[in-house]
Amino acid sequence: MQLIKLTPLDLSLAAGLVLALALLSLRMRLALTGQIAIAALRTTVQLLLVGLVLEALFAAVHLLWMIAIASVMLLIAGREVMARQRYRFTGWWGFGMGTVSMFVSAFSVTLLALTVIIQVRPWYTPQYAIPLLGMLLGNTMTGIAVGLDRLTQTAWQQRAGIEARLAHGQDWRQAIGGIRRDAARSGMIPIINAMAAAGVVSLPGMMTGQILAGSPPLQAVKYQILMMFLISAGTGFGTLAALQLGSRRLFDARQRLRLDRLRVPDIHAHG
Amino acid sequence: MDAYHTESPEPQPDGADSAPLLHARALRTRSVGPIDLQLHAGECVCLRGESGSGKSLLLRALADLDPHDGEVLLAGVLAASMSGPEWRRQVALLAADSPWWEPTVGRHFRTGEPLGLQSLGFSAATMAWSVERLSSGERQRLALLRVLDNRPRVLLLDEPTANLDPIATRRVEQLLQEYRRDSDAALLWVSHDPVQIERVSERVFQLVDGRITEVARCN
Repeated sequence: MQLIKLTPLDLSLAAGLVLALALLSLRMRLALTGQIAIAALRTTVQLLLVGLVLEALFAAVHLLWMIAIASVMLLIAGREVMARQRYRFTGWWGFGMGTVSMFVSAFSVTLLALTVIIQVRPWYTPQYAIPLLGMLLGNTMTGIAVGLDRLTQTAWQQRAGIEARLAHGQDWRQAIGGIRRDAARSGMIPIINAMAAAGVVSLPGMMTGQILAGSPPLQAVKYQILMMFLISAGTGFGTLAALQLGSRRLFDARQRLRLDRLRVPDIHAHG
Repeated sequence: MDAYHTESPEPQPDGADSAPLLHARALRTRSVGPIDLQLHAGECVCLRGESGSGKSLLLRALADLDPHDGEVLLAGVLAASMSGPEWRRQVALLAADSPWWEPTVGRHFRTGEPLGLQSLGFSAATMAWSVERLSSGERQRLALLRVLDNRPRVLLLDEPTANLDPIATRRVEQLLQEYRRDSDAALLWVSHDPVQIERVSERVFQLVDGRITEVARCN
């Protein structure tokens, strides 16, 4: 099977569908037309740029290039985790906590997959390294963002209960334990559900892409299973690491609850 | 003079020159302080002051629940030399409205039948109650028992009878006096009721604008 090449005309036809959707939402006064147009434009420009970058990277395989691009991906993901927090840690922690956790989990899992499982040579071959790292970072990012957001928001809402436990002589782990477990569950449940539903409810995008590109379905499925496992492990370990850092940071050395280390959104400023 | 100085000799229940059980030196927290304060074993000291004068902040700092400057010692041992939880088990704060975190009353206690359960009008069956169904008065009385369950050496009481009727108030006062006598504990008791202050305390402090002054000695 050969990959059928897409022409600009093919893409324009698909763009026509989005245009039709934009016109319909204009007519229905959904106030979405602008957003649809901008999003469609962004996806075109961003993906074309990534395409160019990848073409260049594939042409010049070099470890330093890989490190550079991986760092950029990590920093953007770290910023995204921070931006999704309603109660964000002040100072360097707001950015550092998520970024460090993603680095530790997504990077180690990717490295393991490249060197031990897929055994691609050199291990930083961009064709394998970048998609793997991208998928791991993207999913780990979501898990960490959801988990941390849940942790800080619940701690803020239940601060009186946490302090009552501290006042009763419990240590910080006991005082935040239930909240931390809930946060871990909310960070990890989406990926567990995705594993459970894969192939029955949804055909995962990566596998679909490989099949479209001409891979035999069973090969594509094997890669998808590998990815599911890697993503689950990466997301799970990353979320747990971030929650360990986050819940410890909510308390100081004297094990006092320190919500002044969170930036509380304006909505609560007078409440 | 707006700060209470600790050099003057204190009337002691047992012997004149014993070291204080709880000793705060140059304690500052947010708008409160500097505060110097000594509580002796077996002593009940009342603290009064208008709303917003910093009484609860002072108690929170003594229990090491808020960051503060200065130092606090328990029987000559610095708070910093033990862990926060260990300190708070011995220097226990009973907050004005203390939440419950387990579904039933009994799961907050180490023992099946806590000290003082009967004398505050409860029975062993109370331990199975759901915390959701507690009235404010029941919550307050049970919160006191919860604090006593740790056998603290110092009790920091933030209006412990605010939600109680006169009979329950007297029962709580009696239980606290018994605990103080039997355990040689020190009590720092925030109250707005002058009659109650007269009834329970040996010394009275007033907190004004974050500074503490001794205003009365009772018998």
